[in-house]
Amino acid sequence: MLLEVKNLSVEINEQEILHDLNLNLEAGTLHVVMGPNGAGKSTLSNVLLGHPNFQIKSGEIFFAQEKINDLSPEQRAYLGLMSLWQAPPEIEGVALEQFLFLAYKNIFAARDKAWKAPSVFEFSELLKKQASILNISPELLKRSLNVGFSGGEKKKIEILQLNLLQPKLAILDETDSGLDIDAMKILAENIKNYQQNKGTVLLITHYPEILEFLQPDFVHVMVKGEIVKSGKKDLLTTIKTSGFSQFI
Amino acid sequence: MSEINSTIKQAWEEKNSAPYLKSSRRGLDESLVREISQSKNEPDWMLDLRLKALALYQAMSKPTWGPDLSKLDLASITYYAKASSSESTWDEVPEDIKNTFTKLGIPQAEQKFLAGVGAQYESTTIYHNLKQQFKDQGVIFEDMDVAVQKYPDLVKEYFMKAVPANLHKFAALHGAVWSGGTFLYIPKDVKIDLPLQAYFRMNAKGMGQFEHTLMIIEDGAQGHYIEGCSAPRYGVDSLHAGCVEIYVKPNARFRYSSVESWSKDAYNLNTKRAMVEKNAHMEWVGGNFGSNVTMLYPCSVLLGEGASADHLGLAFANSGQVQDTGAKVIHLASNTSSNIVMKSLSRGGGQSIYRGLLDIRAKAENVKAQVNCDALLLDSDSKSSTIPEMKIANNTATVAHEARCGKISENEVFYLRSRGLSKEEAETMIVNGFVDPIVRELPLEYAVEMNRMLKLEMEGSVG
Repeated sequence: MLLEVKNLSVEINEQEILHDLNLNLEAGTLHVVMGPNGAGKSTLSNVLLGHPNFQIKSGEIFFAQEKINDLSPEQRAYLGLMSLWQAPPEIEGVALEQFLFLAYKNIFAARDKAWKAPSVFEFSELLKKQASILNISPELLKRSLNVGFSGGEKKKIEILQLNLLQPKLAILDETDSGLDIDAMKILAENIKNYQQNKGTVLLITHYPEILEFLQPDFVHVMVKGEIVKSGKKDLLTTIKTSGFSQFI
Repeated sequence: MSEINSTIKQAWEEKNSAPYLKSSRRGLDESLVREISQSKNEPDWMLDLRLKALALYQAMSKPTWGPDLSKLDLASITYYAKASSSESTWDEVPEDIKNTFTKLGIPQAEQKFLAGVGAQYESTTIYHNLKQQFKDQGVIFEDMDVAVQKYPDLVKEYFMKAVPANLHKFAALHGAVWSGGTFLYIPKDVKIDLPLQAYFRMNAKGMGQFEHTLMIIEDGAQGHYIEGCSAPRYGVDSLHAGCVEIYVKPNARFRYSSVESWSKDAYNLNTKRAMVEKNAHMEWVGGNFGSNVTMLYPCSVLLGEGASADHLGLAFANSGQVQDTGAKVIHLASNTSSNIVMKSLSRGGGQSIYRGLLDIRAKAENVKAQVNCDALLLDSDSKSSTIPEMKIANNTATVAHEARCGKISENEVFYLRSRGLSKEEAETMIVNGFVDPIVRELPLEYAVEMNRMLKLEMEGSVG
């Protein structure tokens, strides 16, 4: 099992959002967690990533056989957890390329002690290559992180990081919402490539459109902080025809 | 990077022994002022200026409108100490003093990036040099004490005219005990493309440093001067009350940059003013780190039509520190313009205050002025406030004022951490991004130094 969530209860500001939640992901699979607004989907994503504002009241999270309840966000990144954000922040003055170089060095050095960091120049070449695959202009890499980027550009920068940082598990937290059809296809294609390289995907969404392009192995329905129903792909059809109300 | 940081930190904290203090004393009276003047063999007019300033100093009280200065014990300060005689080659500078400056990267920088260098240790300049090509063009870059001897008429005409001794108590103090500093004269139409640099160091315990910087930029001339300041930490208050006067003549352009990193027991009470004439342009770029209390508001007086000024400033208030900084612009003539950009960072309970004055006089038509201050709080213990004063006596002025204050974004820090940056790296990166518009304006080696200072402040390893 790559990810095991056992009886997890989570609160923020003394309010419990997740109750006794269980979720298991085998390496190489694609799971979808769906649910109406307010079901606690973002909390799930945040708590998996180690957001300091969310408190685990009970339960355990194991990632690659390691208990990660108390690990910092960066330690989880080293282990291979990553989320593609729906609305990544815009940070003035933080040059995208510099940020990515530091992220890249930190993550690979932590994963492999014998790893030798590339020079700035070597990294720059690597990054340019990866960016060109996604049709990201090299000029964008010199700019401040996401500042003045279009929605599509921001999304591509998130995908660029997925390709660059090679996590074991990619969490797509509403990554597909608000995308036009072309951007959706680019995202889906990159997720497929990632899966072919043995990547595991947890897609958290209330918006099943991207599933026209991707094949989920498991579908979970989340309501009021609990997984109320799990099944195979056919569960999607049920949701599409009759919505979430049947589970509430 | 951490190796470099620890060297810088060492240079910062290391103190050399100070045998020269034996012949110095604490406190201030008329006989000391006379001694200083006599030991420098000054002309009568300068002694006279000092004595008048002393009388003003004794009559005035400490300013009470700003940070608390009541704990500053003026009687325990050593006002004058001479550590070494002025040398013109680096090899002649005493070993321990040389080491300090070498660790701070001064002589290397001179070879590579600078048009000229001066270095002051305690009260007197220990080294001064100007590249031959600029000497040949008539540029004067001298220790201020030497300038009084060599160019008395020029000095007398300008000395403490922009910053008169009666401006405030510390300007009066400065007038009485000033020593060392930099004199720069750039003749008409001479353009110096490399920066000129000076470095000031307070070493001994309870010292006062009162260097005077006087710069005259003649018609159509251009230049850039940059200075760095530092002092080790003692746990006894020291005082820096320097004075900078800059005269920017018609059509001239000048930039004055400073990176000040005083120890956290120093009071940094500085007065800086530029008189900007017709179609001339003045730029102030400043970074303030360290010190216990800083009060610093560089001022541009726009005297001539079409004159303009840019003020860019950054202040970092860490634990136990008050950074009361800002800018003043006085628009006396028509079609003058000014742009103020101030950024402050507060951490560990530090307090930063933006205090500014925009003064547009009745006769000044079509003035354009812009004030932009940005405060970033790195935790919830720290404080920031903005005290912008605006006096606008002419209704053709276009004035824009923007102030922002916010805590470092948790969301941004979390995002960067989730991509493998440590909390400290994430915060440092955000802080560097915040100050980038200021740092970008500095020459490379100073930008590097400023980034190091920031990193040290973020680690909390200094002071």
